[in-house]
Amino acid sequence: MSEEVVLSGGEEHIASAISEEVVITFEDVNKWYGEFHVLKDINLSVRKGERIVICGPSGSGKSTLIRCINRLEPHQDGHIVVNGVNLDANVKNIDAIRSDVGMVFQSFNLFPHLTVVENCTLAPMWVKKMPLAEAEQIAMKYLERVKIPEQAQKYPGQLSGGQQQRVAIARSLCMNPSIMLFDEPTSALDPEMISEVLDVMVELAETGMTMLCVTHEMAFAKKVADRVIFMDFGEIVEENAPDEFFGNAKVDRTQLFLSQILAH
Amino acid sequence: MAAVIERGARDSRSTFAKIVNDERNRSIFWQVIVFGLIGYVCWYLFTNTAANLEARGMSSGFDFLGTNAGFDIAWSIIPYEPQDTFGRVYLVGLTNTLAVSLLAIVLTTILGFIIGVLRLSHNWLISTMAAWYVEIFRNTPLLLQIIFWYTAVFSVLPRPKQSIDIGGIGLFELNNRGLYFPEPQPGDLFWITMLAIFVAIATVYFLAVWAKRRQLTTGERFPVFWTSLGILFGLPIVVFLVTGSPLAWSIPELKGFNFQGGTSLPPSFLALFFALVIYHSSYIAENVRAGILSVSHGQTEASYSLGLKPGWTLRLIIIPQALRAIMPPLISTWMTVVKNSSLAVAIGFPDLVSVFMQTSINIGGHAIEIVAMVMLFYSSVSLIISAALNYYNTRVQLKER
Repeated sequence: MSEEVVLSGGEEHIASAISEEVVITFEDVNKWYGEFHVLKDINLSVRKGERIVICGPSGSGKSTLIRCINRLEPHQDGHIVVNGVNLDANVKNIDAIRSDVGMVFQSFNLFPHLTVVENCTLAPMWVKKMPLAEAEQIAMKYLERVKIPEQAQKYPGQLSGGQQQRVAIARSLCMNPSIMLFDEPTSALDPEMISEVLDVMVELAETGMTMLCVTHEMAFAKKVADRVIFMDFGEIVEENAPDEFFGNAKVDRTQLFLSQILAH
Repeated sequence: MAAVIERGARDSRSTFAKIVNDERNRSIFWQVIVFGLIGYVCWYLFTNTAANLEARGMSSGFDFLGTNAGFDIAWSIIPYEPQDTFGRVYLVGLTNTLAVSLLAIVLTTILGFIIGVLRLSHNWLISTMAAWYVEIFRNTPLLLQIIFWYTAVFSVLPRPKQSIDIGGIGLFELNNRGLYFPEPQPGDLFWITMLAIFVAIATVYFLAVWAKRRQLTTGERFPVFWTSLGILFGLPIVVFLVTGSPLAWSIPELKGFNFQGGTSLPPSFLALFFALVIYHSSYIAENVRAGILSVSHGQTEASYSLGLKPGWTLRLIIIPQALRAIMPPLISTWMTVVKNSSLAVAIGFPDLVSVFMQTSINIGGHAIEIVAMVMLFYSSVSLIISAALNYYNTRVQLKER
C-alpha cells in the first residue's frame, strides 16, 4: 500500500530547517501499563524544526512515546522536558504546554456537535481568550491552508475521512503550536484519501514546523523526515537519516520490519 | 422489446389478477378491513353500554361532577371539605398527584445524576456502593418499595410526644403522623420580595447574554456563575430585609398529644415520595452513566491536547454530547414517575386514582366517565412531556451525511 501513495511535488527530500535549540528531551524514560513495560529506557532529543518519523510494529510503544510529550500518558521513571518544562506529576501548567503542542489522532476526534469552524475556534477563544471574529479569521486561514474553506459551516459527520483529518490538522494549527505530533494520521483512511492528508503534512513540514509523526507511509518519511526512528518492544532499536535507514539498516529487526511493510 | 410485448399480452389476459397483485390495491383493501373492524367494535361497545345503563336506570354524562361528594380526603394541597363536589375531588386528586410527582421528579433527577457520576468514580469504595444502590433499587418492584417505606419506616416512627427532631433545632419534627415543619405566612410587603426574585432572575438572564456577547467580541470572560449566584440570593435577601422582613413563620409546637401550628406531610406522602425518588433515581443513574460513557475518550484527549482545562472540557465537550444520550430516557423516566405515582392506592395516599377512581366510583358510580377523565389526565401529562422531548431532540440532533 505504501508504494501506491503518490505525493504531489515529487520525491525529493524537502530542505531541513533545524536549529541548535533542543525542544524535547527524553532521558532514561520508562513507562508501564500495569505489569506491561511499554517504554524501556528511552533517550531522545528533538531540536527545533526537526522532523522525525517513528515506525515499528504495533504494540511497540511508538504511540505511547509521542503521547507522553503532551502528557496524555504519564511516565513513571526518567525525565521528559518539553520547551524547557520538566513534565512530572507536579507540573502545574500542563494546559499551557498542551496548547503549544498540537496533536493529530488516528481517529480524528473532531467534536461532532460543533461545526468545522467552531471546532477550530473553540480552543483559541477559551484558552487564548481571542474574540470570535479574530478566531474565525485564523480558522479560515488554516482551513484554506488544508484546502477545505468551503466546508467551514458543515458538521464533521458530513465530511469524508480525509476531510475530517485535514480539519483536525487545521484545528491544531489554530492554536499556533510550536510542535506538532501525529499519531498514525492516515491509518484510519481509505487509500484514496491518504495522499490528500500527507500533502497537507508535507506543506506543513515546508514551513519549518517541528514534527513527530508515527506513520508507516514510507514515501512521506523519505520526503520529509530528518530522522527515522524504529521502535520494537518499547525500545528505540535504530535511528538514522532516511537514506541510511531505508537503504542500509544496521539492525536485523529493522530490516525484517522494512521487508514486511515494503513487500505487500 | 419482445419482453414488453409478452408482458402486455399476459396482462390483458387476466385483469383480475393484475388488480389483486397491485400492492396499492391490496394495502387499501386491508386498511378498509381494519378500520371497519375498529369502527364496529367501538360502535358495539358504545351501544351495548348505553343499552345496559338504560336497562339499569343509570344516568350517564358528566352532571355528577356538580353534585356533593360527601366524603373526606385525608390530605390535600388545595382546600377541600366533604360538602365539596366530585369536580373538586377530581381537582384535589389531580393536584395531589402532580405535587408528589413533580417533587419526586426534581429530587430523583438530582439524586440520579449524583449516583450515576459516583458510579464512574475511580474510587473503588464509592463506585461499588453506587453500583449496589442501583442494583438493589432497580431490581426490586416499586410496589414492594412503597409498602416497605410505609409499613417498615414511616408507620413505625415514635408517637408525636417522642418526635424525632430533625436537625435538632425544633423546626422539623418527624413522627408516626408525618413530618411537621414551619409554614411561611407572608406579610403585607412580601410581594416586593417576590418581585425582587423575578427581577434577579431577569438580571441573571441578561447578564448571561451580555457575558456571552462580550466573550465573542473581546474574548474576555466574565465569572457568570458566581455573579449570578450572588444576584439570585443577594437581591431578594437585601430587599426582604429592607422591607422589614415581612414574613412570619408558623412553628409546629407540641400541644397535648399532637402538634399545633406549622404544616405537615402525612406518612403516606413521605413513603410514596421516598419510594418514587429512590426507585427511579437508580434508572436515571444508569442513563447518566451510559450517556457519559457514550462520549469516547478520544474527545477528552483531543480537548486536553488543545489546552482546554478539564472543567471546560466537561462543560464544552463532554456534557453537550452526553446530554443527547441522557435526555430521551430521562424524560421517559419522568413520565414513568407520574404514572407510577398511582401506586399510591396501596398505602392510601389520596392521589387521583385513589380519591377519584376508587372512592368516588364506590360512592357515586359513573365508572366510565371517571375512568375516561383519569385516563385523559395521565395521557395529557405524558403527551406534553413527550412533545417537549421531541422538540429537544430535533434541536440537538447531530448532523450527518
